[in-house]
Amino acid sequence: MLIKKSTDIPYSEVTPKALYFNRRKFLAAVPAAFLGARELLSPSSRALAGTKLPALTKSPFSTSEPQTSYNDVTHYNNYYEFGTSKDGPAKNAQHFKTDPWTLSVEGEVAKPRKFSVDDLMHIAPLEERIYRHRCVEGWSIVVPWAGYSLSALLKQVEPSPKAKFVAFQTYYDLGQMPEAKYAGIELPYVEGLRIDEAMHPLAMLTMGMYGETLPPQDGAPVRLTVPWKYGFKSAKSLVKIKLVEKQPPATWNITNAHEYGFYSNVNPAVDHPRWSQATERRLGEFRRRPTLPFNGYADQVASLYTGMDLRKFY
Amino acid sequence: MLRSRWTKAAVFLLCLAPFVRLAWRAYTGDLTPNPIEFITHFTGDWAIRFVVATLAITPVRKLIHVPDLIRFRRMLGLFAFFYASLHFATWFAIDKGFDMHEILDDFSKRRFIIAGLVGYLCMLPLALTSTKGWIRRLGGRRWQLLHRLVYVTGIAVVVHYYWLVKSDVRLPLLYGSLVAILLGYRVAVALWTRRVRAVA
Repeated sequence: MLIKKSTDIPYSEVTPKALYFNRRKFLAAVPAAFLGARELLSPSSRALAGTKLPALTKSPFSTSEPQTSYNDVTHYNNYYEFGTSKDGPAKNAQHFKTDPWTLSVEGEVAKPRKFSVDDLMHIAPLEERIYRHRCVEGWSIVVPWAGYSLSALLKQVEPSPKAKFVAFQTYYDLGQMPEAKYAGIELPYVEGLRIDEAMHPLAMLTMGMYGETLPPQDGAPVRLTVPWKYGFKSAKSLVKIKLVEKQPPATWNITNAHEYGFYSNVNPAVDHPRWSQATERRLGEFRRRPTLPFNGYADQVASLYTGMDLRKFY
Repeated sequence: MLRSRWTKAAVFLLCLAPFVRLAWRAYTGDLTPNPIEFITHFTGDWAIRFVVATLAITPVRKLIHVPDLIRFRRMLGLFAFFYASLHFATWFAIDKGFDMHEILDDFSKRRFIIAGLVGYLCMLPLALTSTKGWIRRLGGRRWQLLHRLVYVTGIAVVVHYYWLVKSDVRLPLLYGSLVAILLGYRVAVALWTRRVRAVA
């Protein structure tokens, strides 16, 4: 059993990260003590604390950029099943049941299999990878995720040569997600990657962040993290991964193909029809910063798209 | 009671309350992880609410026979302009940081920004000519005609909001229905008056 149930005080109380990062630089009036005290007293942030993960391997893929505060990453979420506002998921996902959980990996594979979260924790050593995460809406965060390359999971089921794409499906249950009625998107949420994208070492199967298991609003218990694509490609709370021959549907692409392409690689040169993608606002920063091609991972992933017109395949 | 000077002062303070709340949240650092977005949405929400409230004055005072409500129309309109100005300034000065290249790019390419700008620009002459002096200078009839621009604002801000959201259109539709009812009332009254005149 890798997940240790902590008997002492929760991780979030040992490390009130909000104190470490100056999140409100432009409002110097904030008394840090007040902020810190509020973090500790707030019942919601207590309930959101995950279980501490065992020691994580360091990853060469990590950025050295300053991490976004835990508070920001857990209180500014796009998770439409739990409400369409940014602060909705932190409130509405608190009682999301993620145990027991089954992730089924199937389709064009030799050994289809259902995995429990405990199984997933043992497939490969858990690494800490500090990735940039860029939302299509023009904001970004830097998060220390915990997990391993998605390829490690896919190799377990032995994809057949017919497996050209990987389809992801996330959890959906109106009973647990009453807000989903108003999401305005077709659910369950589905996403897809080309097989070579899915097998790329940067594409990550993620079970934790900030050294803990994932909180519900960030995609507990297991999610995808594809750092060179817009955030919506990194589907949360995965229940099914299916290897398929044809390009699978992707939720935002179905909702509005004109605005959200299947590939959705971070690309400052291709604007969203309603806003520019040239810059982004890193949470905790005042000024917008330039957005980098492939979110700064061009050296690793640009070769996947050689010869492709990225304006056409946005 | 509606005629009292104190009622007017009370309504004024009430209209200012959202701004005070915003200032307080800024002071205590309670502006969410994305303060600029929060301020933009907060001021935009209040601007649209005040536009709807302003448009509601005339139908409400006629339908429930409270003519004194007219005393608050200018104030509500000016508060709509106040919150819209904060909204516009937040986008222009803080979000875009006076970057004229990006701003012009937005104007030329983004229809929701164009709609918002139309709504705001239509309010500008109304705010400027909102005084008694200007009513006198323009003459009541012309002044009234000019101030029908608020109907354009009402439609433009709803369109601005509708084009802006990603998929959850509940609030834009709510404001849209309110504006439709309030403008529909005026159309109905105009048609009715014409018919009555024609009959007479």
